[in-house]
Amino acid sequence: MNHPQAAAAFLKDQARASWHDETLWYVRDKRDVASKRLPEWEDLRTLASDIKEHTLSQLDYYLEKFEEKALENGIRVHWAKDAEEHNQIVLQILQSKECKALVKSKSILTEECHLNPFLEKNGIAVVDSDLGERIVQFLNQPPSHIVLPAIHLKKKEIAELFHEKLGTEKGNEDPKYLTDAARIHLREKFLSAKVAITGVNFGIAETGEFVVCTNEGNADMGVHLAEVHIACMGIEKIIPRRKDLGVFLRLLARSATGQSITTYSSHFRSPRKGKEIHLILVDNGRTAQLSRSTYRSSLKCIRCGACMNTCPIYRRSGGFSYGSTVPGPIGSILSPGLDLKKYSTLPFASTLCGSCTDVCPVKINIHEQLYAWRQEITKAQGWSGKELSIKLAKGIFTSPLAYRVSGKILRAALKSLPNSLIYHPVNLWGKGRDLPQAPASTFSEWYQKNRS
Amino acid sequence: MNSRESILQAIRKLPKEEKNLPELPEFGNNSDLLAEFCEAITRNAGEVLLSEEFKKWMNENPLEKVISLVAAYSSYSTQAIPEDPHALDSLDLAIVEAQFGVAENGAMWLDEASLSHRVLPFIAEHLVIVLRRTHLFPTLHQAYAQLQGTSTGFGVFVAGPSKTADIEQSLVIGAQGAKSLRVVLVD
Repeated sequence: MNHPQAAAAFLKDQARASWHDETLWYVRDKRDVASKRLPEWEDLRTLASDIKEHTLSQLDYYLEKFEEKALENGIRVHWAKDAEEHNQIVLQILQSKECKALVKSKSILTEECHLNPFLEKNGIAVVDSDLGERIVQFLNQPPSHIVLPAIHLKKKEIAELFHEKLGTEKGNEDPKYLTDAARIHLREKFLSAKVAITGVNFGIAETGEFVVCTNEGNADMGVHLAEVHIACMGIEKIIPRRKDLGVFLRLLARSATGQSITTYSSHFRSPRKGKEIHLILVDNGRTAQLSRSTYRSSLKCIRCGACMNTCPIYRRSGGFSYGSTVPGPIGSILSPGLDLKKYSTLPFASTLCGSCTDVCPVKINIHEQLYAWRQEITKAQGWSGKELSIKLAKGIFTSPLAYRVSGKILRAALKSLPNSLIYHPVNLWGKGRDLPQAPASTFSEWYQKNRS
Repeated sequence: MNSRESILQAIRKLPKEEKNLPELPEFGNNSDLLAEFCEAITRNAGEVLLSEEFKKWMNENPLEKVISLVAAYSSYSTQAIPEDPHALDSLDLAIVEAQFGVAENGAMWLDEASLSHRVLPFIAEHLVIVLRRTHLFPTLHQAYAQLQGTSTGFGVFVAGPSKTADIEQSLVIGAQGAKSLRVVLVD
């Protein structure tokens, strides 16, 4: 995984890259408008951050309390230490129900666990029921954004895809027409699925219930018609009290899309009569992240995607350039915790402008954590091109003679050398940037001539 | 050691830091809840009607399959509630009653006790929610205070019709759930 290389590939299609950039900025703009309607916005962010900090400081207590209450409510609770165990638990439930086809609503956790390919290998058909997720599933792609899974695609491509997969009219790109076709297609899947899988937005320790938020209604269409509901939940999704939902639901949709709330916020406390709810609590690297004091607050994340929409790098490089389930700034501080080597370029995919931290509804200091990961990665990697340049610069700046001589040489070189040499791949800063025009003289030469 | 124990152990062995759980202050004001609520529903692509307007709409738009769970509109029901929720698939309209609404975002609370089937407000092609105009709270904070202590198996805040913007960020009303939402205000 190499972010600069993948980003360069994304930027080859300039028109699409500009569209991507502008569209995400438009979503960020809507977030600003929504947040400014609430005078207490900053108070809510502080509360949300404090509630999450508190919960993480007593996570064992809240997990046990949550489990106890959920069991009382008739929910079956499972624990998975990693992705593999999570997938095995899902498979066992499916096999015990002799289920060969299921519907799944948006769940970043199941993406993280690569559940779909695992189930398909075991002969089970999975249908992602969120429209954007269904689109990328048809294309055999992962989502490129955690809230807007198909934001990297143009309607022309979706029209072609639906023509092939769903038999829509060739060339009909009308989003309403295409959405309608998907509705009919998915309705049939909902009606025939025995098992439905959802993610979890919040688990409430006080009551043992969990909340799932969607705009499309796909999670509810799945679970209320199925015999078995499997809810997959990262252990960091716990909040202590039901009333804390007031804080988080007020922040979540406003931060994500600028809506005041998602269309549906569903609260599951117990299964329908004669049906089952299974809840899987998943670690998969979370307790390890919790043990890293510098990065533990990344677990406060409520997956709104605001940091992606605002990030100048994400907007201009696309979600796939990160190569991790969660892309963007938050993904760049979460993923190195899972595999430092694989994701070593991600903390550098940032200008450290801090906009991600400013919009984060739970006040994660994302840009500071990006910087901290850089320190660790650079130390682990040793030599780098940029590091060598910095050492060279240090030598030049500490010796007045070297400074004067090198200035002259560089000015002359910039004027006379061919671009192919100046923008040689060795010069990392020359990538995508123009070097300034070299001035005719140094400042000291100019001062000597004009002021002395 | 099973996974439950190993996860809990991994957390327990970390150094403990005392961080307080904050109390939640009072937010929101009671200025004009009804106006704010109506504005929110409109923003969410729903529609607010008075009872007379709703009756007129029903007369002008006869629908074949209707289930009303609201006594005042029971005459609109064309069929009984089926035992199997799958049989609701072709339902044109569901009329249900919300327990209360939230002014800041238009969200209305539907307890499963008022739904007969949990899937009803999602599977119906069109949804009508009847709401008492006095049953409004300024924000979600007051709404959750109201819900404190209730222990329904399922409850949902519905704030509009089903929608998506997954194709080039174009807003399309009517994704997988109800294609339209009408809120009927009653006294």
